[in-house]
Amino acid sequence: MQAETLAPPALSTGSVRRRRLGKLWGVRVAVVVVWLGSWELTASHWIDPFFYSKPTLIWERLVDWFTEGTAFGSVWIQIATTLQEAVLGFIIGAIGGVVLGILLGRARFAADVAAPFIKAANAVPRIVLASLFVIWFGLGLTSKVATAVVLVFFAVFFNAFQGAREVDRNLVNNARILGASRSQVLTSIVVPSATSWIFASLHAAFGFALIGAVVGEYAGADKGLGLLIANAQGTFDAAGIYAGMIITTVIALLAEWLLTLLENRLLRWRPPALQGAENA
Amino acid sequence: MSVISLRNATKRFPGTGGEPHTAVRDLTFTVDAGEFVAVVGPTGCGKSTTLSLVSGLEPASSGEVDVNGEPVRGIPDGVGYMFQSDAVLPWRSVLDNVAAGPRFRGLGKQQAREKAMVWVERVGLAAFAKYYPHQLSGGMRKRVALAQTLVNEPKIMLMDEPFSALDVQTRALMQDELLRLWAGTGAAVIFVTHDLEEAIALADRVVVMTSSPATVKAIFDVPLPRPRDVEEIRLTPEFVAAYREIWDTLREEVARARAEAMGRAS
Repeated sequence: MQAETLAPPALSTGSVRRRRLGKLWGVRVAVVVVWLGSWELTASHWIDPFFYSKPTLIWERLVDWFTEGTAFGSVWIQIATTLQEAVLGFIIGAIGGVVLGILLGRARFAADVAAPFIKAANAVPRIVLASLFVIWFGLGLTSKVATAVVLVFFAVFFNAFQGAREVDRNLVNNARILGASRSQVLTSIVVPSATSWIFASLHAAFGFALIGAVVGEYAGADKGLGLLIANAQGTFDAAGIYAGMIITTVIALLAEWLLTLLENRLLRWRPPALQGAENA
Repeated sequence: MSVISLRNATKRFPGTGGEPHTAVRDLTFTVDAGEFVAVVGPTGCGKSTTLSLVSGLEPASSGEVDVNGEPVRGIPDGVGYMFQSDAVLPWRSVLDNVAAGPRFRGLGKQQAREKAMVWVERVGLAAFAKYYPHQLSGGMRKRVALAQTLVNEPKIMLMDEPFSALDVQTRALMQDELLRLWAGTGAAVIFVTHDLEEAIALADRVVVMTSSPATVKAIFDVPLPRPRDVEEIRLTPEFVAAYREIWDTLREEVARARAEAMGRAS
C-alpha cells in the first residue's frame, strides 16, 4: 500500500486565485460600463432614443413597472405567469425527452426506424407552432406550455439519445457479468452515464422553455412578459421591449444557477477538473 | 474435472472490407477446477476473444465452448471477468462499486454493503471505502475491480491483461495480491497476458497462442511450487528454465506478428 498514496489535488493558492477573480470581475464590469455609457452617449446626442431607447430610459421603465405596475396589472403577476408556463413546459419537455431519448438510444432498430421522422420533426420551425397552439388551446396557459414543451423536448431528447448510445461498452459488459439484468443495466449504467449529457442540454433547455413561453404569449395572451413586450411593440415603446428582455434574462440566469447547483450535487462523482472547466 | 472446455472454437467478426476477420480459430484446451491457466501470445492476436467466448459475451462462430459441462448460451453462472481497461462505475463509491454484484443479484442494500465491506478490507481499501474512483490511483482502481469480481465468489475467473496498465512495482504487488486472494477460492482462472514472465509467475499451465488468427500453439506445465512470491520466484533456476523453454516457442509468433504489423504499416 505504501506505493499508492493519494496525490493532493493541484490547486493554486488562495491569494493568487482571489487576485485573478478580482481582475476578471473588474474587466467584466468595465465592459458593461463602456457598453452602456457609449449607448447612453450616442442616444443622447446622435441617434433617436425613440427608436433605439437608452439605458436611463430602460431603467426608468423598469422602476415604473416594479413600483407603479404595468398596463396589465402588477409586474409580478406577469413574471409569475411566464415562469409558471416555462417551468411546466420545461418539466414536461425534459421528462419526455429524457425518457424517449434513453429508450430509443438503447433500441437500435426502433431508433433506425424513427431516425428520418425525428430529423424532419427537428427541421420544422417549431416556434411557428406557437400560432397553431393558440388556435388549438386558446389564450390560456396550455398553449404556452405546449410551445415550451416542443422546444425543450428536442433539445433534451437528442442529448439523452446520444448519451444513451455512447455508454462505455466495457461498463455494460462488466455489469452484465456481475449479474445485472437488462433493466438493471438501464437504470444503473445507462441512466447515470447519460446524466452528464442530459445536464449539458438542460442548461440550454430552460432558455428554450422561456423563449417558448414568451413567444407563446406574444402570439396571443392576456398576461405575461411576452404580452408586455408585444404591447410595447404595439405602442412603439422601445424601452418597454428592452425592459421585458432584461427581466426574462434575469429569470434565465437564476434558473441556470439553480440547475448548476443541482448538477454539481448529482454529479459529485466527477473529477473536479471537469467540473471547474464547465463552471468557469 | 474440467470446468471450461473449448473444442475447435472459432470466432469470426464482420471485417471492414466485406471479408470476415477471423480472431481465433480452432481453439482447443481445457481448464480444471481450481487451476490457474495463463494464455500468452503476441499483442493483438485475439487472446481477449477467447475470454469473450467463455464468458458468453460473444457467441462462438463454430466449434464448442462448454462451461460446467454445458454449452455456453448467455453468461454462465459463477463467471467473473476482469477487464483490461477500467470498468468500475465512476459515479459510485468504492464500497458501492464492490456492492454492485450482490445488489444486481438481489441482495438488499445493507446486506450487499456488508458483504462488499469484507472484500474492500481484503483488498486493502478499507480507508478508501467512501472514495470515488477518480480519487484513486490506477493500482487502487484495479483493487476495486478485483474486489468487485471476487465478492460474487466466482468459480471461474477470466482476466484480460488486468495489470498491463500499471507500473512495474504496482503490477508485482497486484500479482501477489491476486495469488493471495485466489488461493482460498478454488476458482479456475484464465489469465490473458502478453507478458510471459507474468504468465509463468502466476500460472499452473501456460497456453501459447499463435499470431493472428490465433490458435493454440503449445501448452506448458509450470513446475513451480505454491504459495509463490512473484518477485522472488523470478530468480529461481526452475523459473528461468521454464521461461527459456516457453520463450523458444513464443518467439517465432512474436516475430511473425511484428513482421505482419510492419507489412501493414508500409
